[in-house]
This record gives sequence, C-alpha cells and structure tokens, in this order.
Amino acid sequence: MDKTVLLAIPLLPLAAAIVAGLFGRLIGRTAAHVVTIAAVGASFVLSAQVAWQLITGQVPVFDGTVYTWAVSDGIRMDVGFLVDSLSVLMMCVVTFVSLCVHVYTIGYMHDDPGYQRFFSYISLFTFAMLMLVMSNNFLQLFFGWEAVGVVSYLLIGFWYQRPSAIFANLKAFLVNRVGDFGFVLGIAGVVYFTGALDYKSAFAAAPMIAQQTLALSPEWTVSAITLICICLFIGAMGKSAQVPLHVWLPDSMEGPTPISALIHAATMVTAGIFMVARLSPLFEQSEAAMSFVLVVGATTALFMGLLGVVNNDIKRVVAYSTLSQLGYMTVALGVSAYSVAIFHLMTHAFFKALLFLAAGSVIIGMHHEQDMRKMGGLAKVMPITAITCWLGSLAAIGTPFFSGFYSKDFIIEAAHESQRWGATYAYWCVLIGVFVTAVYSFRLIFMTFHGEPRWGQGGAHDDHAHDDHGDGHGGTPHESPWVVTLPLILLAVPAVAIGYLTVQPLLFGGFFGDAIQVLEKNDVVRELASHFHGPASFALEAPLHPPFWLALAGVLVAWFTVLKRPHALDGLAAALAPLRRVLDNKYYFDWFNENVLAAGSRGLGRLFWKAGDQTLIDGALVNGSAGLVGALAGVVRRVQTGYLYTYAFWMVIGLALLLGWFLLRA
Amino acid sequence: MFVQILFYAFSAVLIAAALGVILSRNPVHSALALVLAFFTSAALWLLIEVEFLAIVLVLVYVGAVMVLFLFVVMMLDINVEGLRSGFTRYAWLGALTALVVIVQMVSVYWVKGLGIDATQGAPPLPADYSNTRALGEVLYTQYVYPFELAAMLLLVAIVAAIALTMRRRPGLKAQDVAKQVAVRREDRVRIVKDVDAGGTGPGAGGGTGEGGAR
Amino acid sequence: MITLQHMLTLSAVLFSLSVAGIFLNRKNVILLLMCIELMLLAVNFSFVSFSRFLGDLDGQVFVFFVLTVAAAESAIGLAILVVLFRERKSINVEDLDTLKG
Repeated sequence: MDKTVLLAIPLLPLAAAIVAGLFGRLIGRTAAHVVTIAAVGASFVLSAQVAWQLITGQVPVFDGTVYTWAVSDGIRMDVGFLVDSLSVLMMCVVTFVSLCVHVYTIGYMHDDPGYQRFFSYISLFTFAMLMLVMSNNFLQLFFGWEAVGVVSYLLIGFWYQRPSAIFANLKAFLVNRVGDFGFVLGIAGVVYFTGALDYKSAFAAAPMIAQQTLALSPEWTVSAITLICICLFIGAMGKSAQVPLHVWLPDSMEGPTPISALIHAATMVTAGIFMVARLSPLFEQSEAAMSFVLVVGATTALFMGLLGVVNNDIKRVVAYSTLSQLGYMTVALGVSAYSVAIFHLMTHAFFKALLFLAAGSVIIGMHHEQDMRKMGGLAKVMPITAITCWLGSLAAIGTPFFSGFYSKDFIIEAAHESQRWGATYAYWCVLIGVFVTAVYSFRLIFMTFHGEPRWGQGGAHDDHAHDDHGDGHGGTPHESPWVVTLPLILLAVPAVAIGYLTVQPLLFGGFFGDAIQVLEKNDVVRELASHFHGPASFALEAPLHPPFWLALAGVLVAWFTVLKRPHALDGLAAALAPLRRVLDNKYYFDWFNENVLAAGSRGLGRLFWKAGDQTLIDGALVNGSAGLVGALAGVVRRVQTGYLYTYAFWMVIGLALLLGWFLLRA
Repeated sequence: MFVQILFYAFSAVLIAAALGVILSRNPVHSALALVLAFFTSAALWLLIEVEFLAIVLVLVYVGAVMVLFLFVVMMLDINVEGLRSGFTRYAWLGALTALVVIVQMVSVYWVKGLGIDATQGAPPLPADYSNTRALGEVLYTQYVYPFELAAMLLLVAIVAAIALTMRRRPGLKAQDVAKQVAVRREDRVRIVKDVDAGGTGPGAGGGTGEGGAR
Repeated sequence: MITLQHMLTLSAVLFSLSVAGIFLNRKNVILLLMCIELMLLAVNFSFVSFSRFLGDLDGQVFVFFVLTVAAAESAIGLAILVVLFRERKSINVEDLDTLKG
C-alpha cells in the first residue's frame, strides 16, 4: 500500500481546511466549498480505492510508521497508520458521510456569514476523524480523539452569539474531559505495562497484562486489565455519549444540523465504539470490563430511547435516537460481537445521517422551526424529504431488508446468545428498545409529515431558533434545493441497501480477519452464523422473532396516538404523569450535574477560596503575621516615647541591673 | 591628719556643689556650681598627687568647657519655669536609683574586693618624681597613636560645632571670591552695532516707510 | 591618710548624685549635659584613684582621653543645643518627641 496515498487521505481535508479557514475571506464562498468538497471527495475516492485493493487482496494490511515525532525513554511517539479492514471501513464511512454533509451544507448554510469557517471546520473534522481511525498507536488515537473533540466544541458553538450554544459547547467540552481523563489513565496503564504506545505491542502484551494486578490501595487490589479497559471505556463513554456521560449530546443539537448529522450521529460519537472494537484484544481479556460495557450500553439503549418519546424538538428526538443506537452498539461490544457493533455503526451512520439531514431539510423548509407540534402534513410539500425520512426511519426501526434490520437484529440475537454477566438485562433492554425505537421514530414521522398541517396558523413560530434566517418567516414550507435533497438521496441508498449487501461478508465472511480478535469462548458471532442462511431468508424469517412484532407494535402505537386518536391516551398519560415528569427532566441527570456536581465543585471552590485562601492564607498567614508584628509593635512602641530622658532612664536602670548582675555573679 | 581634714572638707564642698548642680533652679547657678565641683575635684586630685590632671581639669573644664556652658546658658532665652515643672515627679525614682547605684558601687570593693586592699594609703613617691613628666613619657611613646587620634577627634569636634551652628543670614553683603574669579567676558560685555554709522540701515528705511504711510 | 576607699566612696556618691540629677532635670537639656559632665568627673575620680593607689600610669592616660572626649562631646552637644533652640525656641525635652514610635 502506498504511503503517499495513505498520507493524502487525511492530509487533503486538512489542507482544504487550512485554505478555507485562513484564506476563506480571500477566496470567497464558492471557492471555499469547492476546495473542501474536492479534497474530501478525493479523500473518499482514495479511501474507496484502498478499501477495494485491501478487500480484493491486492495489497496486504498496512501497519507502519510514517513519521517519528519523538522518542522519550524508549517510548516511541510515532505518526503511523494501521490500515486493515476495520479502518478502511471506517475511512469509507467517514469520508462518504462527510462528503454528503459537505454538499448538503451548501444549501443549509448558504445565508450564513460563517460559511467559509463552517467548511473549514468540517474538513478539519474529517482530517481528525481519519487520523483517529487510521492510527496504529495510542498517541495518535488520542490526538485524533481530542482533535475531533475540539472541532465538535467549535461546531456546537458555531453560532457563538447564542448563549444556549455556548452553554452547550461548554457542557460538551466538560463532559468529554471527564471521559478523556479516564481514557488517558487507560493509555497510561497500557504504557505502564508495555512501555510502548503502538497497538501491536499492547495486543501482544494483553495476555500478560491480564495476569497482573494493580494495588489501588494497600487493601484493594484489582486486575490490571480490568482497570485499564474500564478506564479506556470511560473515554468511550464520554465520546460515544453513554450513560451517565451522555448529557452533552442532546444539547449539542445547538450546532447547525449538518454537524449533528456528521459529528453527533454518524462519525465522531462512534469513535468510542470504534476504539473498543479496535482494542478488542485488550477488552477480550477482561470479563468484568466487558460486563461493565454491556450494562452501560444496555441502560443507554433503553432509557435514552424513552426520552425520545416525550421530546418535541425534531432534532432532539433524533439525538435521543442516536444515543439509543449508540447504546445498541455498546451492547454488541459488551457481548464481544465487535463485528456486529461495527456493522451497526456503519448502517447507523448512513440512516442516522440521513435522518438528521432530513430533519435539517424540514427545518429549512419550516424556516428554522424545530418544534414538531408546529409541523404536520409536510409530506405534501416536501415529498423527497418525506420519502427519504421514511426510508431512514424504516431502517432505524429494523424493517426487514433494510440495513438497520440486519445490524440491530444481530445485536439482539448476540445479547440473547451471550452467557456474560448482565447479558439477560441487556437482552431485555435492547428488545424493549426496539418497541421504543419504533414509537419515537414514527411519532416523528407522523407528527412531521402527516396529519393536519399545524403551520401557517398565526404566531406559528416562537423565538426558539431565531437567527439571521428570519426573513423567510411567514411563508409556507417548501421543498429544499437540490444540494440538500441530493445528499438525502445519496444517503438513502446505503441506508436501505447496505445491510442486505454487506451482512454476509462483514459478519460471517471473515472480513475483519485479524483486525478484531475474539476469544474462542466469547465468540457469539459464530453462534449467530449457525442460524444464518443468507440475508434474504433471514429477513423472511423476521416474523418468527419478537423484534419484528415489537417494531410493528411501536409503529401502530405511534400511528394511533399521533394520527388516529391524539387524545385517546390522555387518561393514561395523566396516570403516568410522575413518570412523564422524570422523562421530561431527562432522569434529572442535568439537574444532578448542575446542582450536585457543578454546585458541589463551586461550593468546594468557594470553601477553599474563603476558608483556605482568604481565611487561612490571606487572613492567618499574610495578614496574620503582619497583624502580629503590628500588635507586638503596638505594645513595644509604648516603650519608645521619643523623649530623651526615657532613654536616659533606661540606660541608667540598665547600668544598675548590669552592676547588680556583676555583683551577684558567683 | 591635716590631709584627712582637707579631704573631708573638699569632699563636703564637692558633694554640696554636685547637689547644687542638680537641684538649683537656675541653670546659671547650676553651671557655677559645676565649676565649683571641678575646682574642688582638682584640689582633691592634688591631694593624692595627681598634679598634671588636676591642672588640666581646671584649664580644660573650668577654662573652656564650663565657660562654653555658661556662654550657651546665658545666650539662650530659656524658659526656666517650664523646665522646672514636674521636677519632683520622678524624684523618687531618681533617689531610688541613686541609692541602688551607690550601694552597688560601694559594695564592689566591700563585697567583691577584687583582690585589692582598699584600706591602704597611696604608695609614697620619690622626691624627684614628676607626675607631668611620667605621664608625658607614657603618652608620647606608648600612647602616641591614641594621642594623635584624640587630637583628630578634637579637630573634628571643632569643625562639627562650627558647621552645626554657622548660618547664612539673608541680605548679608559679602564678597563671593569664587564667583568673582569665575566670571567670563561674555557675561559682562555686549557688543552693540552703532546704528548711526551708515544712515542707510534698516532702521532708517523703516522710518521713511512709516513716514510715507503717515 | 587618704585611702582608696575614701576616694572610691566619694566617686560613687558623685556618680549617684549625677544619676539622680538626670532623673530630676529630665526636661532641661543643658542640665542633662552638666549631669553627664558630673558623671564623667566621677568616673575620672575612680580612674585617677586606681591609677595612683595601684601605681599604674595608664589610668591617668585614660583620664586624659576621657577629658578630651568629654570636651568634644560638650562642644558638639552645645552646638546641637544652639541649633535646636534656633529651630524650636525651646530646649524642653518634652518638645522633642519626633522619635516617638
């Protein structure tokens, strides 16, 4: 494999980002999007070419260093690439979705004053994400990890004049710091045991690390590999928004919609999933860590999905859907079905990007109105958006033959098959999650595209999303321009078909090879393979399994409550009001963070400030010593009358005392 | 015996004079009492055959220092009453301290003794002994450097006393020789062109112009 | 016969009288100076006596130097006094409290 090509894949978007970012004003808006789209397009083409060569066996897996940044005490800090089936898959997904989003952005952002800046950021993001997935060592992984975090921060706060956006990006940044802290500790643990940063030596040393223990305190000794894996997974929890570090993701919807699609649905948030799959040789060694992963994932999958049911903001519903789907992927990781997790990552990237872009299209059509209660009946005026959104939702709920069906069903199956501690809980969570997914997905569809139009009535818009696009207010919704609908169509194709096409080779055809390592006893995918007789028959067997009926039930419930009898369940809703309140408050996570963690930190800080700094240091030490000297001086100064005779008296008295001492001396 | 009577007599005068110094109302009287104290001291020193220092005491103290004191006391317009107020306020402390001091000092040779027999008379001196000569021999040989130093000290004291008290009164007509010497030609002489020499100078032209205007 | 005891007792009396004088005349700078002179005289008495009764001339040399220093001291002291009086129109020690802490 040619190093130049590999270098070009991430560096082209970087170069484009620099051009668009630093010289954006100079080259103008058109040139900015041309240069970034060209770079990302070239990057996608090269990625696809590399993938083709790798899959067809023309070139071997590439694992090598391209640049040595530093060597310190024998630890090499390299820039290197590991290009195997796992990374090429990610590269293709990242560059393809990024390309679609770039094109879509032309339409979505075309009035925005920060146009060039936006293109610069998303190209920079593409670079960072590619560095992350192509890395062959922990340092570069961490670099990419932080770089995508920075770009995410910049893009959530893209409209930096909105206080809510600034709050959201600060929140994302802080929550990710918590995760990154764990991640750094995990990397440090690996380096502690292997003395190297590259994956190869870490993987080779994994069985050795599994034998080691670490003493956290004299009485408390833990398995080293479990500790390392849990620390690494805490990083993944931050980035992939798993409970309880998920709180930043719904708020990240403050950013422009293309960003929500690219970063907060399709690619960046899946970095945690990718990382765990990439480090599968380490995670495989620790049963306890995997159970932890499993339980966290299952909790996220079910309970975050429930939040989607009660939300009325179209983007937030999709955001909660993303959280839930990330939980599914994490469950797959937790049962050692890494390939299934990556498979779902891929299908999810397509259908969730599609859903987000469709939601964005709706938002454009509605003149930046995001409240679903003010939509309805849009299918007539926005047919392309409606159809693609339907397709995306069908994929999301796991309709047979659609891509989401294969990935999600295999996750449920894998959870069912697994013998791991917590697998039963996970199984029930993901199973109920299917129903929940169907309810919120089709609640969105029905509320947005069907039923009576609720727009166009007087005062239809509140000031929820006002910005400089406000000139379009008062007009009727309209279909979006082709630059918006083209990416929708482009994404709809893989959202529908990619599962059917790739499930066989990806999961059961040994596609991942050595990229993902699973211990013999944990290999649930092999179990699944015994039930699998081709994608078509698998889809036709769907009615034999509960997920199909659960999904159908979910759709029907959504249809019934939204379209048929909107007030039929009011009595039930009233009965469940406390539950509803819990959901509306997002399980009080934000409340807890703000009133316990943040307030606690502030209180602690205030305590240190008042008690430690002001009282102890300033009061007692600084002013105290000065005060002591002052007080002593105040006493002593009375001796200094300033009168000559006083001094004379003291001299004489001193003389008498000295004489007395001289006389009384032995 | 005669010497003893003289000693007691002079001692009584000396103590009386000292009391006069510290108790008298008028500083002039104090100074005069101090003069008396010095005189009697000189007499006492003569009694124990310390002639040179006795003479020096009279010359230096009575002749110079005490005259200086009297001079200053009389020159300054002192508010004696203000200075006397609260005279007895610390008298008890003074008396007590004085008592303590005298007891301590006397007990130095009563209690400690220091290996000296203080009850002995002075050793007799030879007939041709000259106190002045003996002192001079020591002073100009063994103590010549401290002697020079003392001379220097006196010089410095003279300079200091003059520097402290000298003042320049305003409006005093005195010559400053340094300024006179430092003067230069340019400061004193100014060459002026003779305006009437030509008659066609700019001044004349201006005059005609002015006249024409009028 | 005059003994050393006589002389030293006289010296001690003289000294303690001057000490008492400092306490009594605490306000008058001129009298303070005089008391110091008196004190020095007492000290000189001791020196002279020891020198004479112990047969060592060094004591008298020392008195010579004490006289020198005392002369210098009173010269400068009186000069300061004059300057002080010019400034303050007073020699009352209670007016001189610039040193007060």
